[in-house]
Amino acid sequence: MHHGFSVCVCHSERRRGQLAALSIAAVVILIGVPLWWRTTETYRAWLPVSQIQELANLQLQLSADVEVVFARGTVTPEQQKKVPLTLTQDDEHVVDGDLRTTICDLMVTKYEGCKVSNVLNSFVSRGHSVEVQDVDVYVGQRRTALLRIGAQTRVGRTLEQLLSHLEPRVKQVLQVMSFSHTDITAALSDRVRLSPGNKESIADSMRAFKSSPGYEITFSLLNPDPKSHRLHWDIEGAVQTYIQPLLRKLAPLANFSIDSQTLYYAMLGVNPRFDSSRSAYTLNSDSLAHVINPVEARLGSNAASSNPVLNFLLYVPDAHHSPLHINDHKKQEVPSNAFHSPRWGGIMVYNVNDFYGPEAAFPVDINIDMAKVMGVFLAQLRLLLGVQSSAPPPRFLVAPCSSAGIADWELDRLMWSRSVENIATATTTITSLAQLLDQIGNIVINDNIAQQVSSAVTSLQLAVAELESGNLRFALQYSKEAILASERAFFDPSLLHLLYFPDDQKFAIYIPLFLPMCVPILLSLLKIVSDARQRRREKHAKAD
Amino acid sequence: MKILTLWSLFSTYLLASSLNIENHAAQFFSSGHTNNWAVLVCTSRFWFNYRHVANTLSVYRSVKRLGIPDSHIVLMLADDMACNHRNPKPATVFSHKNMELNVYGDDVEVDYRGYEVTVENFLRVLTGRLPPSTPRSKRLLSDDRSNILIYLTGHGGNGFLKFQDSEEISNVELADAFEQMWQKRRYNELLFIIDTCQGASMYERFYSPNLMALASSQVGEDSLSHQPDLAIGVHLMDRYTFYLLEFLEDIHPASKTNMNDLFKVCPKSQCVSTPGHRTDLFLRDPGSVLITDFFGSVRKVEITMETINLTDPIEQVEQSPVNGELQKERNSYVDQLPVSEIIHQKPKQRDWHPPDGFILGLWTLILLVFFKTLAFQETAVGSKPPYRVQ
Repeated sequence: MHHGFSVCVCHSERRRGQLAALSIAAVVILIGVPLWWRTTETYRAWLPVSQIQELANLQLQLSADVEVVFARGTVTPEQQKKVPLTLTQDDEHVVDGDLRTTICDLMVTKYEGCKVSNVLNSFVSRGHSVEVQDVDVYVGQRRTALLRIGAQTRVGRTLEQLLSHLEPRVKQVLQVMSFSHTDITAALSDRVRLSPGNKESIADSMRAFKSSPGYEITFSLLNPDPKSHRLHWDIEGAVQTYIQPLLRKLAPLANFSIDSQTLYYAMLGVNPRFDSSRSAYTLNSDSLAHVINPVEARLGSNAASSNPVLNFLLYVPDAHHSPLHINDHKKQEVPSNAFHSPRWGGIMVYNVNDFYGPEAAFPVDINIDMAKVMGVFLAQLRLLLGVQSSAPPPRFLVAPCSSAGIADWELDRLMWSRSVENIATATTTITSLAQLLDQIGNIVINDNIAQQVSSAVTSLQLAVAELESGNLRFALQYSKEAILASERAFFDPSLLHLLYFPDDQKFAIYIPLFLPMCVPILLSLLKIVSDARQRRREKHAKAD
Repeated sequence: MKILTLWSLFSTYLLASSLNIENHAAQFFSSGHTNNWAVLVCTSRFWFNYRHVANTLSVYRSVKRLGIPDSHIVLMLADDMACNHRNPKPATVFSHKNMELNVYGDDVEVDYRGYEVTVENFLRVLTGRLPPSTPRSKRLLSDDRSNILIYLTGHGGNGFLKFQDSEEISNVELADAFEQMWQKRRYNELLFIIDTCQGASMYERFYSPNLMALASSQVGEDSLSHQPDLAIGVHLMDRYTFYLLEFLEDIHPASKTNMNDLFKVCPKSQCVSTPGHRTDLFLRDPGSVLITDFFGSVRKVEITMETINLTDPIEQVEQSPVNGELQKERNSYVDQLPVSEIIHQKPKQRDWHPPDGFILGLWTLILLVFFKTLAFQETAVGSKPPYRVQ
């Protein structure tokens, strides 16, 4: 009896123990594990991954409208009736494996009674000499170009011959004035590494600054000899008159901020050589490269912004080393006496020894001729901003630069290449960001990043659509918005993936936490299972 | 005879000079970079790691001498040796025994100092993910035409580099950071030099193009220090950087030495460890890469051929009178920092984390319950008074 009672007591106690172990295991598995999972999860906002994938296969279509006006006398009345009103020409180029650009020109023909010779005459009367025989195409200030059909083609040509003669020439004009395959490829050099082909195109792509939302322009006057020269330059007026018109026209592209400074006792880093044949000091083209570095340390920059800086330096040589001339490779004097460095700025040497005689009382007051100086700086600015294109094809005459500093078609050209560049850069940024976030599962994606990515994707799609329909201003605006949003998303400080955890480190962190807890639970579960099995064996034994 | 030799000399001179011009034109296009940056990092602190700071400052000095301006150098020093209390010669950091060469000088611009040198800040500088309030001098503002030199020194091991004696950066993280730089085209070509123990392990995992790497020792080897100075009491330089500095002292901004000479710096006889290098990711042939492509800053220069003829006279900038009299600008003080707002700020809402002892308390509870039931079981069996057999 005693034996049975103790067995009964043992059994209920054991039952209680087993229930306790089971309930602890249940709590751990049902509540503990999900709780741990939720609290160690990283917040990842949703990203439009599928749209980003679509954008990665970039297909750009650029279209430009061309209006062809036939001057009186070039086309006979019967031919007039037969000329088609619109003509579309498509040109497809594969730039990279997954990138295509299609260039189409729509030609609209119109007839007007204007005489070509009138225009050329008025051009000549303004004082520019032009050999009318040598020129086949004249590109004007705004968006017009005059084509001359050769004398032999005017009489007795059929319509088809005329059109077939015209098409390639119109295409050539379009390539000069709007965009060509090389321009677009250069703009896409972010995605497509330019194969070392044309040396000129490589130099062009290296020279101009990349597209940026803002630029800082600094004009510096370097006076190494204040004891001899007291220099006065009306920089504010000069900037207002000469530089601001250009920058106002370029306003849709970027914001510009201008400042100026005067540096005293700033020497060039190289010693000029005295050339007795010209009784002047000379700087070789080889030594020009070493001029910039010592000066740059003293130039300073606006610490608040990260925009690229263009530096324009005006150096007035000291009285003992005047006049100072720059020689080119062939040891010839350079007429502009200036040089520029790609993606940095330009330096001009301004000689003032003509302004005073040997008996002048030092320091001499000198007023700098800002028109001459700004002429050089403006030319360098055009080169550095990418406005200047490479040399035009033969038998082309381009109208010289107006006071605005930039022709309308040059602006268009710049806008085309900038839009394409912005779209390409923004696409690359967004796709690489999506790839990075996909690869690293531990990065937290905040809401603001997801919002920036979505707005970048929307802007990109709009920009591509606007390019297709040929609305250049809207395309540029959308592409700027896209690139701003994508840069903000990519360079957000919270995306630092300092979370590289190799798997063995993960084990090393979790084992000391969970193992001591799980071992008793597991042991008691095993004990329960083995007891149950033993009881079943006993039952079978009893049954037998 | 004399005339013949004279003439032949003259013609060879002409040929050489014309070739020289061609070479210059070719060089313009061969390297493809327009500016140079340098990121120089010393990762260890404490006085006995004096040599790491001296290493970094020596490279800084060479790089500045060869032309890279301070605005293009990001210098990170984890500890201040020049003003350390244990420095018998304050405001100096020597790199040669007998105090021959002071690399500290008075124009050293340290961008990240002391405790600011962390793995996080280093990666932020490389990838560009800095908070918007960071000043320009602390940023790496490189573009796709920048050649960057990255120099790291400190204590390292197989696959990691120790920062500040409390954290480390692994070679995978470094390779990923370089890949992110490549994705955003933040460099044209990158030269990575590391002077630590087992330094070659740090460049094993690189996979981005246009990277060249040099290390002072192979995996399994230690990089050794060069010489102690008895007056200062610590080792002044590491061997690899000492011979590197000696090599760089012979380089001037116009020299044409190429990378193959750099690979030969500090052979095993001088360095005891075997320096290694990696060039398989680099597109150009190392023999055509100049030392000054990375260590110096030789600018490309073009002569300005065209000018614009400006004929308009300068318009005078006029003050437009308002209400009949000139409106003077009132000068006023800039708003001072809103101190009261800052002091009485509410603490930011941070994400709720469970209290630290939570896990500890949880399994203590579980263990307690477990043992309690076990004990209860035992005492339950033991405490029942035995029934006397009737």
